[in-house]
Amino acid sequence: MHFDSQYFIELFASGLTKGSIYALIALGYTMVYGIVGLINFAHGEIYMIGAFVFFLASSLLTVLGLPMWAMICIATAASIFWAGGYGYTVEKIAYKPLRNAPRLSPLISAIGMSVFLQNYVMLGQTEKYLGFPEVIPEFDFLEPFASTFSSSDFVIWVTTVIVMLILTWIIKFTRTGKAMRATAQDRTMAELVGINVNQIISATFIIGSALAAVGGILISSHTGSIHYYIGFIAGIKAFTAAVLGGIGSIPGAVLGGLVLGMAESFATGYFSSAYEDVFAFSLLVLILIFRPAGLLGRAETEKV
Amino acid sequence: MSTLRYIYTEIYVIIMPLYQHRLLLAEVRCRNIFRIKTTSCQYHIECTLCRLIPRETDGRVIATRGTQNPKKRSISMKFPLRNSAFFMAACCLFAFAPAAASAGDTIKIGVAGAHSGQLASYGLPTLKAVQIIAEQVNAKGGIHGKKIEVLSEDDLCKPEIAVNSAKKLISDGVDAVIGHTCSGPTSAVMPLYKEKSILVISPSATTPGLTKDKEYPNFFRTVAPDDAQAQVDVDFILDTLGAKKIALLDDKGDYGKSFIHFAKEQFEKDGRAKIVLEEGITQGAVDYSAIVQKIKRSQADVVLYGGYHPEASKIVTTMRKKRMKTYFVSDDGIRVQTFIDVAKKYAEGVYASSSKDTTSNPLAIKAIEEHKKKFGSEPGEFYLNAYTAMIVLVNAIDKADSTELSAVAKALRSEVVATPMGNVSFDEVGDATGIGYAVSKVVDGKFVEQK
Repeated sequence: MHFDSQYFIELFASGLTKGSIYALIALGYTMVYGIVGLINFAHGEIYMIGAFVFFLASSLLTVLGLPMWAMICIATAASIFWAGGYGYTVEKIAYKPLRNAPRLSPLISAIGMSVFLQNYVMLGQTEKYLGFPEVIPEFDFLEPFASTFSSSDFVIWVTTVIVMLILTWIIKFTRTGKAMRATAQDRTMAELVGINVNQIISATFIIGSALAAVGGILISSHTGSIHYYIGFIAGIKAFTAAVLGGIGSIPGAVLGGLVLGMAESFATGYFSSAYEDVFAFSLLVLILIFRPAGLLGRAETEKV
Repeated sequence: MSTLRYIYTEIYVIIMPLYQHRLLLAEVRCRNIFRIKTTSCQYHIECTLCRLIPRETDGRVIATRGTQNPKKRSISMKFPLRNSAFFMAACCLFAFAPAAASAGDTIKIGVAGAHSGQLASYGLPTLKAVQIIAEQVNAKGGIHGKKIEVLSEDDLCKPEIAVNSAKKLISDGVDAVIGHTCSGPTSAVMPLYKEKSILVISPSATTPGLTKDKEYPNFFRTVAPDDAQAQVDVDFILDTLGAKKIALLDDKGDYGKSFIHFAKEQFEKDGRAKIVLEEGITQGAVDYSAIVQKIKRSQADVVLYGGYHPEASKIVTTMRKKRMKTYFVSDDGIRVQTFIDVAKKYAEGVYASSSKDTTSNPLAIKAIEEHKKKFGSEPGEFYLNAYTAMIVLVNAIDKADSTELSAVAKALRSEVVATPMGNVSFDEVGDATGIGYAVSKVVDGKFVEQK
């Protein structure tokens, strides 16, 4: 059987799309874990809330009759702002009081917050699936590739790359980024050298939530629908991606997301779609057996 | 550790009065986890992980292993009454709980289905239909003077949760159940209802085994089963669309899988078309472009999908974005307005089978008006099926003048009732007569029945 390169490229493209979305959400998980040592299970719900806020904002703005690009910009800004707000609030309510509690307590609190947010949106909005507006226009220069990937795929890739670059710049070249790295290394020492740890943790949550919101807008535009439950599956997959890549490491989250997306895509394409989750999670298990800290993670050495 | 001690002390507190010895301090050795000293108690109780073996001794002080710790005192010595009182109270609470389900002067109708979660849009309209009719009947004084009480349970279309919902309804003393929403949960709970002789009418559980296997004489449904539905789709694909290569897709759930299973059987029996792809997709996944690529590669003329609208709308959107001209045919899971609202322009040209169109039926129009008046919105999926189920149930209880299973079942089978779905009765296995299937196509944002 000759190697069908067209098919391979198509699968690669779809894997890239999936992987980019997982990477965007996984970044939030990994940053929070790096700094506070907590798996923020409510992160998937922030992704969903970002999509919902965009939906509501764009519906509102359509009534005002603004041009498309202005509407998208304002709605995106609103979505990022609101999702950041939710992330900040969730941190203050559910995680800050438990900062010195045994590790299990904030975990349970996170799961509870996740369920709470899901049902809050279900009751506040609707339990039905809502049609999401197509905010990504069809680009003409991509027309010859339309059967391989669509313009929304392309926008997802480009946005993910830009967001990664911005995030890397923040972490490496700004004072806040330095403070984040310091807090992640040793929280007590960071406090002692004068870093306002509460502010840094809040900033981390807000940045992570903003990323998730962007991911939510992109994928909802790509699939065309939103529902209060979409955050759950996306959150679980993204968490898996973060662990796969080494939780606590930012390039690890990106790598983990891409690896997971590719694995799912190729498993579907070359084996069977019924086994796509099996392949993805078997891959996770294998990687963790040979590299327990994940692909790019560092094993935490406990100082005795 | 202190909890462990408390528990073992409690067990001990119960055992001791049985042996009618005055409690002072007792020595309990339990693998060195803790010990309580005794002085004048005659019993040396040894417990190994909750196994208590009382042994009689001479009444002298029992020497313990290790040092005697004067500080360790039995909690029960300090508060013997408090502990026993607490335990007795706890037992009493459990004794009173079953008494709550008493035969009252209301007719309890349970509504069980997906009221939250991904498939809530299939289950909530059922609840609303039952509530509307219950209100109407109660306003007229109830059935033979007994008011209807609606008990609602959420099973999220998950079999394990459905079992809990069913047990709760049964313990609340329900007389009949309208539910469940999904086929999988319904199959899981039918044995429980059958054991307690509770009548069940489902407005949306379509897996044929529930009636065709003849296992549940207490089960009825106001929706045609999957094999009849699959036949309609298969005939349409082969005769009207003239397809030669079929791709079968399902969502790995009970409903989708069984629908595709019957469709496959019927395709193979017919022999005119070839099945080029058979795949299952994950519900709730983020992106389906990989499976769509696979469909494209298989060069199928038609995709037959078994499942619900969330995944279907994503797949159709991805297919049309990739400029695929493949026909998309599916079941009544997607023959709902929500599918068109979500897939928007990509829904054009999609085919779906469902119960025959009832929009011209005056009772259907009235039922939809009632929903709009009470809830201020258009009714959702399976609303008319649930409305029909409730009407026939109320009629049957009325005619039988009891809620006892065999009487109501006989009334259901012998009566023909005018409902929003037509003149409905039931055959001896529980399928509704008078409800048929037809294929509709999405034209200009609306489902239009194809002849």
